[in-house]
Amino acid sequence: MWARWAWRTLTSMRTALLLLFMLALASVPGSIFPQRQTNAAAVNMYLADDPAKARILDRLGMFDVFGSPWFAAIYLLLFISLAGCVLPRTRQHWRAIRSRPPAAPKHLDRLPDHRELVSPSPPEQALAAGAEHLRAARWRVITTSGTLSAETGYSREIGNLVFHLALLVLLAAVALGSLGGFRGNVVIREGTAFAASSAQFDSISPGRLFSTTELPPFSFTLDRFTADFQRGGQQAGAPRAFRADVSLIASPGQSPQQRTIEVNEPLEVDGVKVFLVGHGYAPTVTIRDGAGDVVFHDSVVCLPQDAGFTSTCVVKAPDAFPQLGLTGFFLPTATVDPSRGPYSRFPAPDDPALFLAAWEGDLGLDTGRPQSVYKLDTAAMRRVGIKALLPGQRWTLPDGSVISFDGYVRFAAFAVARDPGKELALAAVLVAMAGLGLSLSVRRRRLWMRASPATGGGSRIVLAGIARSEHASAASDLDRLAAALHSSRPSPTPAAPPLHGKAAP
Amino acid sequence: MTDTALASLSNGLVYAAMLTYAIAMVVFAASLAARAPGRRPLAEPALGTSRRQGGVGVAVRDAPVPARSPVVQPAPGRRGGNIAMSLTWLATLLVGAGLVARGLSVGRVPWGNMYEFSVASAFAISAAFLVLSLRRDLRWLGLLVVVPVLLTLGLAVTVLYTEAGQLVPALNSYWLIIHVAAAIICAGAFCVGTALTVAYLVADTSERRVSRGSRFWGSGLARRLPPAQRLDAMAYRIHTFAFPLWTFAVVAGAIWAENAWGRYWGWDPKETWAFITWVGYAAYLHARATAGWKGRKAAVIALVAFAAFIINYFGVNIFLTGLHSYGGLPS
Repeated sequence: MWARWAWRTLTSMRTALLLLFMLALASVPGSIFPQRQTNAAAVNMYLADDPAKARILDRLGMFDVFGSPWFAAIYLLLFISLAGCVLPRTRQHWRAIRSRPPAAPKHLDRLPDHRELVSPSPPEQALAAGAEHLRAARWRVITTSGTLSAETGYSREIGNLVFHLALLVLLAAVALGSLGGFRGNVVIREGTAFAASSAQFDSISPGRLFSTTELPPFSFTLDRFTADFQRGGQQAGAPRAFRADVSLIASPGQSPQQRTIEVNEPLEVDGVKVFLVGHGYAPTVTIRDGAGDVVFHDSVVCLPQDAGFTSTCVVKAPDAFPQLGLTGFFLPTATVDPSRGPYSRFPAPDDPALFLAAWEGDLGLDTGRPQSVYKLDTAAMRRVGIKALLPGQRWTLPDGSVISFDGYVRFAAFAVARDPGKELALAAVLVAMAGLGLSLSVRRRRLWMRASPATGGGSRIVLAGIARSEHASAASDLDRLAAALHSSRPSPTPAAPPLHGKAAP
Repeated sequence: MTDTALASLSNGLVYAAMLTYAIAMVVFAASLAARAPGRRPLAEPALGTSRRQGGVGVAVRDAPVPARSPVVQPAPGRRGGNIAMSLTWLATLLVGAGLVARGLSVGRVPWGNMYEFSVASAFAISAAFLVLSLRRDLRWLGLLVVVPVLLTLGLAVTVLYTEAGQLVPALNSYWLIIHVAAAIICAGAFCVGTALTVAYLVADTSERRVSRGSRFWGSGLARRLPPAQRLDAMAYRIHTFAFPLWTFAVVAGAIWAENAWGRYWGWDPKETWAFITWVGYAAYLHARATAGWKGRKAAVIALVAFAAFIINYFGVNIFLTGLHSYGGLPS
């Protein structure tokens, strides 16, 4: 009993409406608070800034709204409600389509929209003329002795049902994509290569049903990254073009192909797409110990912080003794502001400089705790100096170590993604849009016509119609039918074979 | 890179349009404020009695007002309305010319940043109104359309102004033409739909109050409007045009996002608010078919959905950071 009541309540329009409101409302925090899925760094910053508040918010799922159980509960209930409403309606409409238009009510002149006219044709001919006109206009028509019933606009409900069913397919496609797909991010410096295996990603979020062995075995080298920026004017510094030139090896053993990846032009290899999503600078730093041996030599990826690409850098040299760490900024167009300190005023490398602080002590790499390569744990370290370096310059520390800033390369950040559900999702929304168009543009109407012999020949005709969708009326249909009847003249031969009970094809 | 003469011509045209809209707004307002037909002989004494006799007078006052549309009744505000309509046509042509000049000066579609998008939206609102006015008399709606148009243009030339320039790489795609054009047309249709919904709420409130015999500040205004039921039908019809188009705009955006960022949906703030807007209008369409929600409640939902649209348009770019933060706003 109660189950029946619950099901009826869940599938009612009122509940669907309530769930729609809740869905809209539940999405709002997802746009206000940083989300782990899109911006994990911002979430960590939030947690660090106000841990007490952030912990409560985190408990409530505010940093992962769209993956939270309560958000899922809302949309799953909505889709159940939708299915519970749409499936019975589909059955109902299937029957309606196969059944005949209902017989004419007894008193057509009592319907709000009706017309009365007199035709010179006898009733059968008048009805036949009416039926012919309506069939030509694609109405479904049945005639019985003396009356005609017609209906049109079945595709309104078909469109409505198709739209809602397509939304169910869309949900399935989204699920398919998140279960069977994956998304990974990787930062590649100029001159270095990336091979598509899970070990080479900086971060990867595979779907539950995705195994990284399914990745196609391609690899590519970033040969060159170019960026153009607006010079001068109000929009100075705005990016104008990004381009990554890569050598792609589609599968092991093949010879490399030259390809380019641009912002709206991803690289596609065997159903996996590679997107250009970011870029920055990687200054090349060499550290020699007091004996002149190289203890560190690499191009270090620095994270851009602002529109001028003021980038933060961290260097860790565990092979130095004592261990050495560097923190600082890479500035493509270095400027020193009296209040702000050093920053980059333009994103292009017009006047590059490296501002560094050197730390000696224990990097903390042996504690077993995972460390970010972009953060230096200075808990067990001592700062030994700060210095600004131009390309080619060297800096000798008190203990005799020498740090040299040899130059820089650019890096590009790529997203590598596969979504096996996206074609299905696209098909579903295209079908949904077609259904939506039908359901909002087609009007469902019924017409009836009764013809009775008039005294002195001809017939007395009553037409009536109703519209079964909102704000629609059958008035124009009645006018057109009346006009068609008016223009049809009595013919000398009897019209068509008997029409009794014959449904339209 | 850009033709500066054309760019400054475009700015001049936009300012000229704003001036013309401002005059149109004043004339629309004046013609609405002009005495409603049939009010003069009855209204003055009735107003006095209504206070003492508990509203009976109002019922008397309003009952004999014949067809409440200014269409059939020659009214003092009628000529003013015509002038204002002509001014709106002129202003719309000026904005349109401003857009064309901007587009020619930068050699691309003129909706590549918030400023251009706003000017294009102002044009779309105005054009939607004018297109609808071709088939029916909409002078009574003029004020409710010209005010948001002027607000949009005002924001565009002050807060959002961006010099003519090239696109950022993220926008360099033919999807810019499709996705953003659809969003602009939606802005026009949703805004006119909202104006009609507001008009409906005023007319409906007036009709209810008058039938109960109580007073309502908007009754004088409502007398210039078509009956509430017709306004509701008009608002519904424009929303049934705008909703599928908005669906298309969102889907086109998703296809573009898939091509640019590798996922068709990522709950970026812009995407989230586009979704909220979509759900809001979907709720409006459902509410109209739900007992107990038809009419005023549904109309309020449409207004809330429009608020979400506005938040999506201004709020997300100005207050929230996300992948769509390339409006060209100085940070």
